Amino acid sequence: MKVVHSWLRELAPLPDDVDAIAHTLSDVGLAVESVDHVGATVAGVITARVIRTERHPDAAKVHRVFLDIGDGTEHHVWCGAFNMQSGDVIPWATPGTAMPDGRLIETKPIVGIPSEGMCCSSRELGLGDDHSGILILDPKTPLGVPYGQALGLAEEIVYDLDVLRNRPDAYGHVGVARDLAARFGVPFSAPSGAVIASGQARSASVEIVAGDRCPRFTTVIISGIRVAESPDWMKSRLAAAGMRPINNVVDVSNYVMLETNQPNHAYDFDTLGGGGFRIRVARDGESMITLDGVERTLTADDLLICDATDRPIGIAGIMGGQNTEISDGTTTVALETAYFEVPGIMKTVQRLGLRSEASARFERGVDPLGIETSIARFVELLRLTCPDLVVHDGFVDARTPSMPAAVTIVVRPERVGALLGRPFSATEISALIEPIGFACRAEGSALVVSVPSWRPDCTLEIDIVEEVARLFGYDKLGKTVPKSTLAGGLSPVQQRRRRVRDVLLGLGLDEAMPHPFLTDGDLSRAGLSAEAVRLVNPLVVGDDVLRTSLRPGLLKAVAFNESHRRSGVGFFEIGHVYPPSDAELPAEYEALCVLIAGADAPRAVAVWRELVSAMGWGARLDQSKVPAGLHPTRSATLSAGRDVVGAVGEIHPDVLDAYEVSERVAVLELNLSVLLAAEPKVPQWKATSKFPSTDFDLAFNVPADVSAEKIDKALRQAAGSLLVSLDLFDVYRPGGPGEARSLAFRLRLQASDRTLTDGDVASVRDKCVAAAAKLNAQLRG
Amino acid sequence: MIADIDAARAAAVASIASAATVDDLRRLDAELLGKKGPLAQLKAGLGKLATVDEKKAMGAALNDAMTAVQSALDERRAVLARAERDVQLAAEALDLTEFVKPPTRGRAHLVTQAWERLEDVFVGLGFQIAEGPEVETDWYNFEALNMPPSHPARSMHDTFYVDHGAPGSTVLRTHTSPVQIRVMQAIEPPIYMVMPGRVFRNETTDATHLAVFHQIEGLVIDRGITLADLAGTIDAFTKAFFGTEFGSRLRPSYFPFTEPSAEFDIRTPKGDWLELGGCGMVHPNVLRAGGLDPEEWSGFAFGFGIDRMAKERHGVGDVREMYTNDIRFIEQF
Repeated sequence: MKVVHSWLRELAPLPDDVDAIAHTLSDVGLAVESVDHVGATVAGVITARVIRTERHPDAAKVHRVFLDIGDGTEHHVWCGAFNMQSGDVIPWATPGTAMPDGRLIETKPIVGIPSEGMCCSSRELGLGDDHSGILILDPKTPLGVPYGQALGLAEEIVYDLDVLRNRPDAYGHVGVARDLAARFGVPFSAPSGAVIASGQARSASVEIVAGDRCPRFTTVIISGIRVAESPDWMKSRLAAAGMRPINNVVDVSNYVMLETNQPNHAYDFDTLGGGGFRIRVARDGESMITLDGVERTLTADDLLICDATDRPIGIAGIMGGQNTEISDGTTTVALETAYFEVPGIMKTVQRLGLRSEASARFERGVDPLGIETSIARFVELLRLTCPDLVVHDGFVDARTPSMPAAVTIVVRPERVGALLGRPFSATEISALIEPIGFACRAEGSALVVSVPSWRPDCTLEIDIVEEVARLFGYDKLGKTVPKSTLAGGLSPVQQRRRRVRDVLLGLGLDEAMPHPFLTDGDLSRAGLSAEAVRLVNPLVVGDDVLRTSLRPGLLKAVAFNESHRRSGVGFFEIGHVYPPSDAELPAEYEALCVLIAGADAPRAVAVWRELVSAMGWGARLDQSKVPAGLHPTRSATLSAGRDVVGAVGEIHPDVLDAYEVSERVAVLELNLSVLLAAEPKVPQWKATSKFPSTDFDLAFNVPADVSAEKIDKALRQAAGSLLVSLDLFDVYRPGGPGEARSLAFRLRLQASDRTLTDGDVASVRDKCVAAAAKLNAQLRG
Repeated sequence: MIADIDAARAAAVASIASAATVDDLRRLDAELLGKKGPLAQLKAGLGKLATVDEKKAMGAALNDAMTAVQSALDERRAVLARAERDVQLAAEALDLTEFVKPPTRGRAHLVTQAWERLEDVFVGLGFQIAEGPEVETDWYNFEALNMPPSHPARSMHDTFYVDHGAPGSTVLRTHTSPVQIRVMQAIEPPIYMVMPGRVFRNETTDATHLAVFHQIEGLVIDRGITLADLAGTIDAFTKAFFGTEFGSRLRPSYFPFTEPSAEFDIRTPKGDWLELGGCGMVHPNVLRAGGLDPEEWSGFAFGFGIDRMAKERHGVGDVREMYTNDIRFIEQF
């Protein structure tokens, strides 16, 4: 919302201090995004008439424009905008002009033909945001004069405000001035007025069919209009506020809206069928052409303004129709000033993607009781250029039971103090909020506060608490720190998660964070079930699968790095996955996935074992159950108790092919939600023996179908209580895959109460050899 | 006899002096001072001496000789050991600039680093940490936060809808605020909690905006909590996280789930103000949705982005870079 400094100061005697006003605006919650000086004209830009335009066969993106500045010579410009025609008057930046964006206009040739200067758009001249084409000026504009003179521009200071959703009134200068006046402690009385008729009775009929969508619709007939130019000061303010001056009727309409926040629409009364209005919802598929020349197809959710013959003449609150647009010949208008229901306007705006200055206000909520004032202001301002203006008797004010009721709120001063951390008396509260239109009446220790009709956001006591804080000043409320009786800290699960991450980082793995949305096919390419929850409205078409596994994302990361000559990356991710479920929400849980490129399964098992040892997890590795998408002979399922908690091994070569990864990739995948929730086993102390220990090695030929784990277990059992440690230290494969291999173990024996004898050691050794033999593992010589 | 002792002593000392290695000395030690050594043999002859005086005199001379041999051994051993160690040290010389890169530690994601630093600061301020699901019901994400179905503020949240349950009933959470409600429902006040997590907005990404990003949310609910407490807590956080030379302020703002609402800005030591996040007193309707009586309990909430903290700290030009998982990016931190 662009607010003009001079305009605010016309409404209230505010200091002529831009910094103080900008600071105060932010302080009352009207954040100032920027303070701009606009309307300062660009020296060297003058008016010129287009004589003719020509295309050039060697320049597709530009055309040649020939200009007349009234001096009898022809000037030639290359121009990339095509919206002008012969006879149009445009602003022309002469060579040597310094543009506001810093460009210096020079005589530059294109295909060898020089271009003298540049034709300018609104944005290039700092007149607004329009850059869709060259600014076309009034055809009656004199030629060869500074464009600022032709437009009647004066320099204005503009505050660009970020108006909050709960402050519809601040979309008008009056609303902004009201807050400022209260904070500066200067008098402010909102303009008020009544519709004063002077002419004979003449009115348009009004029939509200959709009363819930249109609680109030008023119209008044104004004749004696002569379409003309607006006064310079009005044009200058409108331009500063971002609206292009058009003619006195349109300008006054816009000016009143920007001032009072009440949109209005003037229809040419002579083209209004049946001389009246009918407000109804559209029929599905009904269409009309709006003022911008676009045909709009409507639905039964859209509210229409029709004439009395039921012909649509406007989309209520958003944009009028082309068919009743006022023209240069218009002398009599029917002025519509209405109040529409907010959610309905919002819905239509969203569906049509059609936003206007009017709709922006209606969808936030205008003042249902501000209509008379805005009409009075309309008449007052239009009379400046139409001294013969007649306001006809017969003002029609149609209201339905959906008109918002007046709101009163009981406010307890002690409650205000309890929430703001500083006592506020009833008198202080009244003194703060009455200047912005709230009326306060004491009732016992409480205040009964009447909310002004332009503040639909205030319905509860807490809303008044906020107004008090806002007007008092957040800064002045002080800063205290609450005394917590709780101890801060991470929960056990959070502490364990950090430990998991530390272990993985210590193992040299880098943390990745791939996108949680997958593309159709990502899961099946990873060998996983394609069943997944989907997004209804993805940002990128096809990017709509909520991941059920972290694996596809990390595989993409591995592939990306390999394609950038970085093979051998080791990544982990800790993140949520969202498998489908019949419950209220998907079966979301936290997962861990580790992928190590250029490594085989034992590397992943080593990561797993390190985690088990660091975290105190108990788990089983079951190679008979191969998890989906993993290498069938190099992978295992991991279980803890009865839960399957993960998988370890290598990615299936088919999957690697599908993801265009050429290295082996070791993988570990865990369900952290399950694993982190478990209370870990706390290691218990065992006394270390003071007696010497003895080591010996045993190497066995072990058949391929007997796992190392089985031998390990058998040896442990056989060695009994004297065993201190047992480690597999060598694997030798004389044959190929599927053949027996040699496994070498080192055992350390030690007693807690004596030095072992040769006999002790021999006995343990014999038992171990015998236990291994039962598993068909023969001692090697 | 005394001449024999002197001769044996001289011979021993001479052979010790000519020993070339510690091993030679070990052998000489056994030879010279052992039971069959020359001095031991002379000692064995003491008994044959006639008088006690002679025995005494010769015994003393023998002891002197043995002590002298022992100390010669010790001295020579020290010299030789030093020389041998010097040879060893010279042979072990390494050029420490011959750096063969060992396997490195891994790097935590920049967001994780910022996330944990924030958690640690809040823990220091007495907060606990809560988490919640990323796929949420419309009720937790909007309705319980004072945004009923037709609420205009919903349009400020570009929401991803999830095809689960009744149409429109399930969303990817647009903020971490639904965790506020889950916390209120789960535990009795007092509540001093921060809630970090991943959030989702259906908006086109650019150098400063992501569709998937991270927020941290704070919630305090206790008896007699005030807007001044909020301002003080924000200030304490600012000083703890950014440094004591930083300051903070609140500016009025609007959020449906807080009232009064505010933006909070931090003031850098240079005096610039930076917008950091939103905050406010928990709206009575939100307290009710969490099962609390607003007349008994009051509280405040605040929230801001984590990704931006990481971006600013490391000067990352484009936030999207943090999610490419490009090892060349990761290795920089």
